[in-house]
Amino acid sequence: MTELDKSGAAAEVLTGGDTRGAGPRRRRARPGARRRGVPLPLLVPALVGLAFLLLPLIALLVRAPWRSLPEQLTSPEVWQALQLSLICATAATAVSLVLGVPLAWLLARTEFPGRGLVRALVTLPLVLPPVVGGVALLLALGRNGVVGQVLDSWFGITLPFTTAGVVVAESFVAMPFLVISVEGTLRAADPRFEEAATTLGASRFTAFRRVTLPLIMPGIAAGAVLAWARALGEFGATITFAGNFPGRTQTMPLAVYLALQNDPAAAIALSLVLLAVSIAVLAGLRDRWVTAS
Amino acid sequence: MTRYTRRTRRTLQVTGVGVAALLALSACSSGSDSSSKKDSSSASKDSAKKLTGTVTVFAAASLKESFTTLGKDFEKAHPGTKVTFSFGGSDTLAASITGGAPADVFAAASPKTMAIVTDKKDAATAPSTFVRNQLEIATLPGNPDKVASLKDLTKSGLKVVLCDKTVPCGAAAQKALDASKLKLTPVSYEQDVKSALTKVELKEADAAVVYKTDVKAAGSKVEGVEFPESTNAINDYPIALLKDAPNAEAAKEFIALVQSSEGQKVLTAAGFLKP
Repeated sequence: MTELDKSGAAAEVLTGGDTRGAGPRRRRARPGARRRGVPLPLLVPALVGLAFLLLPLIALLVRAPWRSLPEQLTSPEVWQALQLSLICATAATAVSLVLGVPLAWLLARTEFPGRGLVRALVTLPLVLPPVVGGVALLLALGRNGVVGQVLDSWFGITLPFTTAGVVVAESFVAMPFLVISVEGTLRAADPRFEEAATTLGASRFTAFRRVTLPLIMPGIAAGAVLAWARALGEFGATITFAGNFPGRTQTMPLAVYLALQNDPAAAIALSLVLLAVSIAVLAGLRDRWVTAS
Repeated sequence: MTRYTRRTRRTLQVTGVGVAALLALSACSSGSDSSSKKDSSSASKDSAKKLTGTVTVFAAASLKESFTTLGKDFEKAHPGTKVTFSFGGSDTLAASITGGAPADVFAAASPKTMAIVTDKKDAATAPSTFVRNQLEIATLPGNPDKVASLKDLTKSGLKVVLCDKTVPCGAAAQKALDASKLKLTPVSYEQDVKSALTKVELKEADAAVVYKTDVKAAGSKVEGVEFPESTNAINDYPIALLKDAPNAEAAKEFIALVQSSEGQKVLTAAGFLKP
């Protein structure tokens, strides 16, 4: 009841309604809030923030073409794009784990000159506009790129316009999330356990594998989930670096964007599918991983 | 009691902060129409010969170079006027016009996107075609793959990019392919014509089917190859005065300039065809 009251108040704030009118009703709700120890200066912006984040999602649900949804879901293109999205996002998460966890360990546990700069550079893909990231990847790994030229002429590997290219683009934008998350956990973790292990004769790598890794598992899991979600929604770098070909590089966000050009209803339906799948996966992972640790 | 008033004041303060934040967020979206309103009142008082104020033109991205030139010419011919442009994808522009964006003129890259505006009765005049754009093949400089026709693009081992069928250049390319009964499997269906061209400029793709104007704008970074089937898929570019034009007087003059012989000269220099 009080919760309802408060969301009503939040709605009034949102619509710029007359807040003085809400005074008496709010006063009744306040003792309860105080007993629960939620200070009002925190509660109101928190509710506004929550409403701000949820409103667009609710709008999507309200305007969704529910009637044509079954038809959208049975089209093979949608399943193709969804399948590709899930495979590529998972592969990108695996790549991020294999490369990102050691990188996070390096940043948190070793001293080397310019470490602050390296940490800033690692997070660069977070602030780089995705399309620019895609162009940068082309310039580095494209057929004519700095490294790509060598890959092409020596091994015959070309990444653009391939599924591997999608994984590369998604890893590029998703890995920083994992690195930041794991590095934070490592800094918070007590290094004395590792030190104890090394004094007892374990090598530094054994200490990392048997002591540190289990210790920071929750941080790794959280980082992996973040990276997976970011990879799943990746659009700009993917379409720039890997292009758009159904079944090979057309992930769900690309399909949504192109559907938006001539059939907004289909685009909303596709977005809902992506949302439903990602929520299901993330909720499932939460129960399986994060609570188990 | 005092605690209550203090708490109320704090509530109001916090609420105020929330409202302020929302206002700050929405402030970005409600800009720049106050100036054009002022212009329209002053323009209506003026005689038709003396034009003042700002003309806001929404135009397809492919018109960027030529319309910018024409805008400067217009300002020179009518001192006291200013032409501001918003270039972008025709779909996006049409959507913002029907959504109430304050614009005087809309120049679209296809009749289909112009129809979005006319269907909503947002155009004051019937759209008229002012230029046409023809497809051309863009290849790497020097044309190392010896591409001479549309059929050459179907050779195996050649990396070709097309625009996606949902955007005008992709629909036109598909039309040309169908007309010549060719099956072409590209490596990518790009989201717009500029990104298709970029793939060739960066040498990631060997060829792309784009507009003549794009090949011209790219200069020496790509080489254009004309193909006869492109006559089967020529895009008309319509232009129209908008119903809620804040500065209709000057806007009419700008449209007249675009359709005049000197306007056409600028447009054909950019690679457009005469209507």
